[in-house]
Amino acid sequence: MSHAADLPLWAAIPVALLLLAGAGLTLTGSIGLVRLKTFYERLHAPTLGTSYGAAFILLGSMVFFSVLQSRLTVHELLIGILLIITMPVTLMLLGGAALHRDRLEGNDPAVPPEDKAAEPQADHET
Amino acid sequence: MRRLLPHPYMSASLFLMWMLMNESVSPGPALLGLAFALLGGWALAMLQPLPLRIRRWGTALRLAGVVAVDIARSNLGVALVILHPRADRRQGFIRIPLALRNDTALATLACILTATPGTAWVEFDRESGVLLLHVLDLIDEESWVRIVKGRYEQPLMEIFQ
Repeated sequence: MSHAADLPLWAAIPVALLLLAGAGLTLTGSIGLVRLKTFYERLHAPTLGTSYGAAFILLGSMVFFSVLQSRLTVHELLIGILLIITMPVTLMLLGGAALHRDRLEGNDPAVPPEDKAAEPQADHET
Repeated sequence: MRRLLPHPYMSASLFLMWMLMNESVSPGPALLGLAFALLGGWALAMLQPLPLRIRRWGTALRLAGVVAVDIARSNLGVALVILHPRADRRQGFIRIPLALRNDTALATLACILTATPGTAWVEFDRESGVLLLHVLDLIDEESWVRIVKGRYEQPLMEIFQ
């Protein structure tokens, strides 16, 4: 069995930095979920954790286990690939559901109506 | 060969994923992986997706690099927005008329835009091809339309169509 204490210093430092960077980004995303005011803004916050937040942590894991077990460990890549493929589905469904409800209830003036006009538009000051 | 391997990319990636998960190249897992790869290909064939053809691997690789850099930059941008909220930050929806119609290309664009913090794919109208995008830090609508069309849509069209 391998233990974290067996890790040589030259590998421990980058692993620790990668873990801190990933955890920091993910934490920032979670803070964003609390801080941001509207639902559509909050859609953006968790993507910090699912993009580079996850990437840094997975990279740290890859370095950690590759060095400890003295062989290349890359199956963490799978987690990254599956995250990239599945996350858009969740966020698109959430965004679509919110848009549908807001249009039906008409409770948010910022939500664009269902017109087919192809001109860019933006409003809603924060 | 077409009957046995209707979707070679899909089967190859399934096999590769299986081998990665097992972390070994011994015959047992390899045989099982082969079985899953073939079954996966046949299952996908039953769903009858449009044939996937990647025309330009070089462009695909370049796009992946561009996207990786863009996502890193917008990670920093969104982290700043969350940790140091500015009073003058504007959020909003923008409409982007897309010329892209290929399903796989659209799915890839959706993955790119959703994975990028700061942009969220909200709605796509298949008939008019208009994409409704929500942007967290909206400075200038025109430049967003240019970014999505020039940086992502153009290469995706070259790759898939």
